[in-house]
Amino acid sequence: MENSLKNITLQSLRPALGLFVILSIITGIVYPLLTTALGQSFMPAQANGSLITQGDKVIGSSLIGQNFTEAKYFWGRPSATGPYPNNAAASSGSNQGPLNPALAEAVKNRVAALKAADSDNTLPIPIDLVTASASGLDPEISPAAANYQVSRVVKARELTVETVQKLIAENTKGRQWGVFGEPRVNVLQLNIALDKLTVIQP
Amino acid sequence: MLSNAGFFSNAIVQVGLYLTVLLLITKPMGIWIYKVMHGESAIANKVGGPIERLIYRGLGVKPEQEMHWKHYAVALMLFNIIGIAFVYLLQRLQFSLPLNPQQFANVSVDSAFNTAVSFVTNTNWQGYAGESTMSYLTQMLALTVQNFLSAATGLAVVIALIRGFARHSAKTIGNFWVDITRSTLYILLPLSFILAIFLMGQGVIQNFDAYKQVTTLQPTSYSITDAAGELATQTTSTQTLAMGPVASQEAIKMLGTNGGGFFNANSAHPFENPTPLSNLLQMLAIFLIPAGLCFTFGLMVGDKRQGWAVFSAMAMVFVVMVGVVVWAEQAGNPALANSGANQSFIDQSSIASPSGMELQSGGNMEGKETRFGIVASSLFATVTTAASCGAVNAMHDSFTPIGGMVPMWLMQLGEVIFGGVGSGLYTMLIYAVLAVFIAGLMIGRTPEYLGKKIEIFDMKMTAIIILATPLLVLIGTAVAVSVASGTVGIANPGAHGFSEILYALSSTANNNGSAFAGLSANTPFYNTLLAIAMFVGRFGIILAVLAIAGSMAAKKRIPVSLGTMPTHGPLFVTLLIGAVILVGALTYIPALALGPIVEQLLMTAVN
Repeated sequence: MENSLKNITLQSLRPALGLFVILSIITGIVYPLLTTALGQSFMPAQANGSLITQGDKVIGSSLIGQNFTEAKYFWGRPSATGPYPNNAAASSGSNQGPLNPALAEAVKNRVAALKAADSDNTLPIPIDLVTASASGLDPEISPAAANYQVSRVVKARELTVETVQKLIAENTKGRQWGVFGEPRVNVLQLNIALDKLTVIQP
Repeated sequence: MLSNAGFFSNAIVQVGLYLTVLLLITKPMGIWIYKVMHGESAIANKVGGPIERLIYRGLGVKPEQEMHWKHYAVALMLFNIIGIAFVYLLQRLQFSLPLNPQQFANVSVDSAFNTAVSFVTNTNWQGYAGESTMSYLTQMLALTVQNFLSAATGLAVVIALIRGFARHSAKTIGNFWVDITRSTLYILLPLSFILAIFLMGQGVIQNFDAYKQVTTLQPTSYSITDAAGELATQTTSTQTLAMGPVASQEAIKMLGTNGGGFFNANSAHPFENPTPLSNLLQMLAIFLIPAGLCFTFGLMVGDKRQGWAVFSAMAMVFVVMVGVVVWAEQAGNPALANSGANQSFIDQSSIASPSGMELQSGGNMEGKETRFGIVASSLFATVTTAASCGAVNAMHDSFTPIGGMVPMWLMQLGEVIFGGVGSGLYTMLIYAVLAVFIAGLMIGRTPEYLGKKIEIFDMKMTAIIILATPLLVLIGTAVAVSVASGTVGIANPGAHGFSEILYALSSTANNNGSAFAGLSANTPFYNTLLAIAMFVGRFGIILAVLAIAGSMAAKKRIPVSLGTMPTHGPLFVTLLIGAVILVGALTYIPALALGPIVEQLLMTAVN
């Protein structure tokens, strides 16, 4: 056995190389192309990124969060992507450890920014509104985080609380199948709906 | 907040449903693996038989001709080294090759080498950021392919080991070419295709377009440091959406317990994992084959109870670990509460209004996605590190100290709690050998497992398997914290910085691939150190496992006697869990004390 180890290696070269090539073609070319063909034929909207268009202009993806800092818009999760927030070509979390002073500092600053934009608001500030998401592209916030921002948006847009709450409700998803994940509000879609409303009632 | 009944009931329902579905798919999966690996599936033979025969004939492989363990090992090593060379070359040449719409440059020497070893060893540690480094061709033809082939390699090894136990007085343990072909064509490929379709339905993308530029609702101002070192303010009113053939890679990334994300943010990226349902499917996909293999094991050794015993040991440890992570993450971070954030869990049962406006998951949400919240993020983190997957849907670096320690410890246990495809069960079976050996010492009898006497050679190999990864992890960590090129990569101050390095070595030596991702590991130092850890942690163990397979196959079967310790009952399950936990605790608690444990104490002191 021992002295034929070299022979075994030589004998194995052909099947090793051949099988590698064949399986590479099947799993690395045929399989992804077949999946693409299926996706593009039967679910093109999803396969192309769940894009939102206005007229002929693409204004975003319902799955990818955008950066909002103006008072009239609902703000999303803080984003740690570089060089600017919500950079969808460079997804990333902050990777700050729980006791990193920079994390506590960042949260403090975000709390201060929220308070500065709406000084009369006494609601507790939801944790998801002041902590960076894992992807830096989180499209959603918790219902509580939307609720916290209602008074600011109402003031900036001169709308009624009921109107804004109704829009939030329309853009809220509960737990999937009533069980999985968490309830959440899609920020971009909510803001688009708000903009449409303001256009109609100038 | 932790007394909140609503929280616990939802956590229990989410985790409970996950485990129930897993339990339901274990047996059918196990039967399917058994049938196709033995050529007994009528469908597989009808559809794939002609292709299989064509492949064998073309390559001069005689499928009925089995291999001695050394022959099997040579074939396996050759096949995998060819893989490393090919993945390396493709990355080094990608700029000149097609399907590179973003015109990404060739990957650097050290990063390409690290990535090649990483994907071939089923680790999928990623020093690079996918969407800004790899062309579509590299993602498909190098990385997706190895997602399949590394998992198929794991499957082949575990089937060979089980053959060793199931046979007696035999010289051979199977034919590697046949095992790898069948694993790929009949197990991994059809499952991936089905999962990819489901994932696309949920919103995972699958295209070959260039990155899409969209006009955002609101322009974004940001500051950058310009060439002169001055802070300059810039404004952008566009967002560039990364694209690519994601779903096909995502599916095998989970099913093959690979874990290498198409994007930097991995399964936290909404294009990789858009909904709680896609998240559930991904978590099930991770455990599907490792759990099914337990049943396959029972079938092959002719006693299903043997398989269920191993399954139970895994499941029990798993449930406890999930519980700890969920608890730690929901309890939150006192430092963030001090900064003015509300971390309470608020659900329908704790509010007066029926509108649901006040709902929030609360807890430590730094580095977590809203759609997953605490429970689905904690469950995912536990699943991915119990298995050797390493995909993440939340950033482990930002977990609470205990919440981050559990994933680290699960990897350090050798990823035997279901574990990687093949690798989980083969390592667990080695722990079973260790457990019966310890029991044999205690009662003064020759240890035996599944009718096979455990002898000196087997224990030597077992010792190599049990000790190899701790040596890699602890010595590797010691080296990295002792040299400047190691410590310079640390992102977080204090004990957490040490945890980042310990996590990196634990993850690579055990072929997991998840990270405390703050660590800047894309440097020649880490790319080399971690590649060595991955290679030795994978193939060092596989060679020893194949040696045991050969040794077991050659032994005579000894009949069950009064002195035989049954290995299908609660006593054995307890012994097995004991062996795993004992080795893991003795080896790693000193190191863990310097990282997460001291950090947890500091965190409680903040409160």
